[in-house]
Amino acid sequence: MSEVVALVVLAACLAAAVARPRWAPDWGVAAGGAVVLVAVGILSSADARAALRQLGPTVGFLAALLVLADGCRRAGMFEALGAGMALGSRGRPARLLGMVFLAAAGTTAVLSLDATVVLLTPIVFATAARLRTNARPHVYACTHLANSASLLLPVSNLTNLLAFRASGLSFARFGGLMALPWLVALAIEWLVLRRSFAADLQRSAARSTRTVERPQLPAFALAVVALTLAGFVLSSLIGIAPVWVATAGAVVIVARERPAPKQLVLAAEPTFLVFVLGLGVVVRAASQHGLSSAVDSVLPHGTGLPALLVVGVVSAVVANLLNNLPATLIILPVATASGTGAVLAMLVGVNVGPNLTYVGSLATLLWRRIVHAHDEETDVAEFTRLGLLTVPASLIACTLALWLALQVV
Amino acid sequence: MRVVVWISEDTWEACVDQARSVVPEDAEVTLVHVAPSDVEDLASSGGARLLGRHPPPPPGPPLRAIADEEAQALLEEALNRLGRSARTEARRGKIEREVLDACAGADMLVLARDGEVRLGPRSLGPRTRFALDHAPCQVLLVWPEQPPGLETVPLPPYLR
Repeated sequence: MSEVVALVVLAACLAAAVARPRWAPDWGVAAGGAVVLVAVGILSSADARAALRQLGPTVGFLAALLVLADGCRRAGMFEALGAGMALGSRGRPARLLGMVFLAAAGTTAVLSLDATVVLLTPIVFATAARLRTNARPHVYACTHLANSASLLLPVSNLTNLLAFRASGLSFARFGGLMALPWLVALAIEWLVLRRSFAADLQRSAARSTRTVERPQLPAFALAVVALTLAGFVLSSLIGIAPVWVATAGAVVIVARERPAPKQLVLAAEPTFLVFVLGLGVVVRAASQHGLSSAVDSVLPHGTGLPALLVVGVVSAVVANLLNNLPATLIILPVATASGTGAVLAMLVGVNVGPNLTYVGSLATLLWRRIVHAHDEETDVAEFTRLGLLTVPASLIACTLALWLALQVV
Repeated sequence: MRVVVWISEDTWEACVDQARSVVPEDAEVTLVHVAPSDVEDLASSGGARLLGRHPPPPPGPPLRAIADEEAQALLEEALNRLGRSARTEARRGKIEREVLDACAGADMLVLARDGEVRLGPRSLGPRTRFALDHAPCQVLLVWPEQPPGLETVPLPPYLR
């Protein structure tokens, strides 16, 4: 009975996050579900507290990163990136795609996939539109790289932040192990996009009559990001947790940009933070009541290449069925028991996997919501074809690269 | 005679030039541009695709306004290049469907190849191919540059 109740509450959380009904906000359902599970005794309050203690620092880290990215936006970093991409493209779509790759890979790695999806992608669309070139390859590149370029650093994706804490790796070692898989993922995306849009990208020059403005470099924000990144890398040597480095970066950029208090709170996305905490508690309950042993029976327990490949593929499948955040919360405890290799292979699956389908999760439900919102057709077939070309290849090649890195680094 | 000229970012000059030299003076010309709404949606609704996130919308003009402004500017440039009176029509939606829709009641569609620069089926992208295959009128198919030579047709293996 407890198993069923815990799974129903988990399903309700995910359904609310996907369908977004007005009367049941996802964060309310997740928080309420967690309270209900503790109230009826399915999860002991001690276990719930343990789950919150475990997630608390990660959620704080996430909040600091969201504020840092918002500060960069306020400082005009993304407009500068747009102007830089336009200038660097010299009006040639193929060069623009190269610029978009650099910007999206860098933004995702350093400021997280949220920054690429929410802040960079609209700028890329606007840049392509102003250059009078087909925006499709460039926007697709951003959407894909938000997932596949989020392999590199613990701060690149919330899934990485969760795994980073569980794995006990240092920031530098995490980046060192994931550098090769990250480069492999970028190379596969480049080859596939370049080939798929060869005709669109070959045209000699976009013919916008507008002159491209020189970008105004937001030097202060760039320096803060660079110092924060250096702080992350050195954190284990100095002996301070990376979350404090992120907090320091966020505080400095807030002091400089001075957003209104309400804007500052909104930038940290408090409802999302509550959702993550609530979901974490609900998944803990479901894991205790059968979900964990089910995952345990599916996941192999070695650290050899075949085991890592299976972990990656299973994680990708679960990420596509449920979305990568719940997938990580569910698989992570089992993968952690198998060691660092399994945790990082799981990340390859949950980070690269979502590119397979247009929505990366609960395909039909979310899909219907987006279609209803816009009442217009979207080229799902084309997007899915790109996913089929990149995801299976990336899963295998990145896991292979990870296995190599584990032997060497 | 009603003529529809499909104005797309990469190939519009060639279409306008051909329309100017081939289409009769008394023809009623409509320049049509279609903005692909799905790309714009993908770029602007990113936050909605991330589980649990409700990011505040970034300030600045919405992407729709930028796309509309560029479409109008492109149509005006095309009209200037055409050098005679014509209607302009900015549409949004699925590109190939909108082009067909604009052809209802027309006598001719002018469109350009947008694929590889060599003779053969790959010289047409999928959207242009769809419009060409389904056009309910005569079609003037234009090369955006000098047409490539016959040597770009691959020989069958037994002739190599």
